[in-house]
Amino acid sequence: MESLKQELKENIVEQLNLEDIAVADINDNDILFGDGLGLDSIDALELIVMLDKNYGIKLTDPKEGRAIFESIAVMAKYISEHRTK
Amino acid sequence: MYSEYYIKTFCSIKNNTVSLNGSTVYSDGNTEFSEFIKAAYKALDTKYSKFFKMDALSKLAFLAADVLLKNENLNEEKNDIAVILSNKASSIDTDRKHQKSIENKEDYYPSPAVFVYTLPNICIGEISIKYKLFSENSFFIFDSFNAQHLLDYANSLLSTNKTEKVLCGWVELDGDQYDAYLYLVTKIGTITHNKENIIKFYNT
Repeated sequence: MESLKQELKENIVEQLNLEDIAVADINDNDILFGDGLGLDSIDALELIVMLDKNYGIKLTDPKEGRAIFESIAVMAKYISEHRTK
Repeated sequence: MYSEYYIKTFCSIKNNTVSLNGSTVYSDGNTEFSEFIKAAYKALDTKYSKFFKMDALSKLAFLAADVLLKNENLNEEKNDIAVILSNKASSIDTDRKHQKSIENKEDYYPSPAVFVYTLPNICIGEISIKYKLFSENSFFIFDSFNAQHLLDYANSLLSTNKTEKVLCGWVELDGDQYDAYLYLVTKIGTITHNKENIIKFYNT
């Protein structure tokens, strides 16, 4: 689980072009959207694509992302339970 | 036909150099656009968290506009400034990136963050959000820099009181080839807004 969390942090920083944020700055329970990392709606769509591409998880309803993308810890738990690759 | 209007200030970004009113404000030796624009953004103390999420064309247009507008003492809530931009390559640089992500049916993962920039006028949105510009805006595609069209359109907007100021220019980008030239047209000033001056500053 710890390696998955680290992988998610690295992917988020790289794929969402978070130039001013270092991987080490992201804590497992930090809120990713809103006042947390400040991710926006386009970032949410990018995360949905990332789930599909990297872990074989297809979210058919973007609204599902609200809960799944709450934090790195929540994302890692969901991925570990639903991944197909 | 029109009251006389003025070019208050102009900015250009080309050949690894950012200039404001003909004076260099940043220059380096980066050969890749992505490295150059990133270094220029940081050196010019441009504060906008979304900058690194933009595509290359928007970064180019945004930085030129920022260099030009940040000294204009604009209103933080709303500014009556129209925007007329133009180029030749449209959004081809980002269009290619999007095409690459969808050309293989076995590896079909188009990026939403790339797709949203597959229109050239998106760069106007980025500028308008940062500087709260509420007025008409247009993005034209020409074979080459068209001073006459920009002149006529800006004069029309000002003479019909559609706006108080007009941000005009050319923002061309394809790969590591880029050329941005933006200028602000106002109702008060000293440099006459005419075709000759628009072209003169473009060639500065």
